[in-house]
Amino acid sequence: MFYRLGGIHHTNYQSDRRVLVYNFDRLQVGVVLVLALSAPLWMSKLWLSGYLLPWVVWSAAALSLNLLMGWAGQIHLGYAAVMAIGAYTAIHLGHAGVPLELALIAAGLASAVIGLVFGAAALRVKGLYLAVSTLALQFLVQWIIVHVPAIGGGHLATIQAPPLKVFGLEIHSEAGAYYAALAWCTAVTLFMINLQRTALGRALVALREKDYAAEVIGVNTFYYKTMAFWISSFLGGVTGAVLTLTYYRAVTVEQFSIDVSIQALAMVIIGGLGNIVGSFLGAGFILLAPSIINNLLNWFSGQLGFTLPVAWLTNIQMMTYGGLIVLFLVIEPLGLAKIYFNIRNYFLVWPFGYMKRQV
Amino acid sequence: MDLLFIFELIINGALVGLMYALVAIGIVFIYKSSSVVNFAQGSMVMLGAFLIWSMAEQINLPVWAAVPVGLGLMYVFGLLVERIALRPMVGQPVIMIIMMTLGLDIFIRGLTPAVWGIEPRPLRLGLSQEALFIGDMLINRSYLIGGLAALALTGLSALLFKTRIGIKLRAVSDDYVASWSVGIYVERAIGMSWALAGAMAAVGGGLWGSIQGVDWSLSLLLLKCVAVAILGGLDSIGGAVLAGLMIGILESVISAYLDPLVGSSREVVAVFIILLTIIIRPYGLFGKEIIERV
Repeated sequence: MFYRLGGIHHTNYQSDRRVLVYNFDRLQVGVVLVLALSAPLWMSKLWLSGYLLPWVVWSAAALSLNLLMGWAGQIHLGYAAVMAIGAYTAIHLGHAGVPLELALIAAGLASAVIGLVFGAAALRVKGLYLAVSTLALQFLVQWIIVHVPAIGGGHLATIQAPPLKVFGLEIHSEAGAYYAALAWCTAVTLFMINLQRTALGRALVALREKDYAAEVIGVNTFYYKTMAFWISSFLGGVTGAVLTLTYYRAVTVEQFSIDVSIQALAMVIIGGLGNIVGSFLGAGFILLAPSIINNLLNWFSGQLGFTLPVAWLTNIQMMTYGGLIVLFLVIEPLGLAKIYFNIRNYFLVWPFGYMKRQV
Repeated sequence: MDLLFIFELIINGALVGLMYALVAIGIVFIYKSSSVVNFAQGSMVMLGAFLIWSMAEQINLPVWAAVPVGLGLMYVFGLLVERIALRPMVGQPVIMIIMMTLGLDIFIRGLTPAVWGIEPRPLRLGLSQEALFIGDMLINRSYLIGGLAALALTGLSALLFKTRIGIKLRAVSDDYVASWSVGIYVERAIGMSWALAGAMAAVGGGLWGSIQGVDWSLSLLLLKCVAVAILGGLDSIGGAVLAGLMIGILESVISAYLDPLVGSSREVVAVFIILLTIIIRPYGLFGKEIIERV
């Protein structure tokens, strides 16, 4: 219907190598980009800084985690800890007067180094043991933040973020913070899109599919696994710093608890492993699901004529959230991305459904 | 520091460690039969504790009836979890299966407070709370009873592997296809191991609940129990007991000496043990050395 295809006709290599092959896809990406850029103009401030900004940052986080889980096939249960290292590094450096750009890079490096130490310990083994070792990273980082006053600022402390300055310009408005987050998210997305087409990306995919086979055809698996950990932790650290600097504006240890790690994991898996569109959909789904569930429950109870206690609501919300993860894994293990691509492939050849074309 | 104090720490730590081992054995059961690490074991302990509490206090069953009923309910719960959530995941990558157990964990942690509320509930199993002196050493009586019960149950579960059902479970853990071909109902065996893990969680929940009260914090046992299971080797019950003892003793001794310096060092002992185990001896003390390294 929208795509109007009678087959894909490539007449030169340039068109064959394009990232987006169809006109409609290009149009779609263009529309999304224009909507994202003009969001401060047509969106209320509450929605902009309450929903769109965290979605954008968390999409970047989901993409970075997807690099490790979807592309390299390694599991990480402590991604929130990696983000916390980045956030705390950036905030402390920012207070020490380091320019924001340098602080962000330092945040990424700190996360990458610490993340790699734990990853490298576990890279000797795989699967379950990696999961448990990253879980240990999560608890250790949380414990250190709480118990080392120089880092966490004492028991149950909150550290205010330094003012957001980009290239010497101080940013106060919600729109400015949103644009900073959007810029980072776009950078991560472009990196991930291009990664798929590089030797590194292909090596990671080979590694994920079967590490023996990859080793046999000459992929240095240890090097590439380390690389995946390094890049993913770096991006995660910067994303954590961006998250605190633009969205939370202060940092406490609860923002990066084990539940947040599971949330990041759920974004990647519900969105779809190894899929870029999926990471955006997954992040949106996980962030919006609680408030949608809440509103639905309130609406139902309003219809039935009674009000639900607040404590009960938060628990039901958590229960539905866990239930959704279980349901997704049982019904559609490839996640939202698979659903999106099913719909897209249906419309790709619309009146002629018997042509099962997949691009 | 006097010797008596250290002995006291060691004995109380060992008893706590036995109770960790009791919960960790649930993880070992499931890992042995289906190579899945159950990250929902902590919240299953919490659910079991709440079920026993509910039987005893809300339905007003006597204690000797409430515990078996709670156990039975958790047995059924384990069967259901395997049937509904885990069986469709057979053959999926390990990431998906870990995510599934984490999803279950969140689900149960939402379900229990939604049903029973968040305030801690005292669970009275009729154990006396007064201190017990052996010679000059002070021993926590509920730890003693819990530790002995844990030891007895561990012995029972080790014996279970000598019975007909246990041999089936062992066969399944060795090789699915071979077990199928000699006529073992593999799905039922895996379901059985989940059910047994559920029952173990209920016992653990009852013991822990009677000591520290029944509330959400019981689900925090997960980290300790994962540490115990990993250190013992994920597929060894004897290993879990020994590892439980080690972790319990280390925790109690280290926290007694380090807490004045850094504060609540108890929580990180398990973390360091996990890390050291993975670095030095990933298959644990008694686990099978079949870890792939690439």
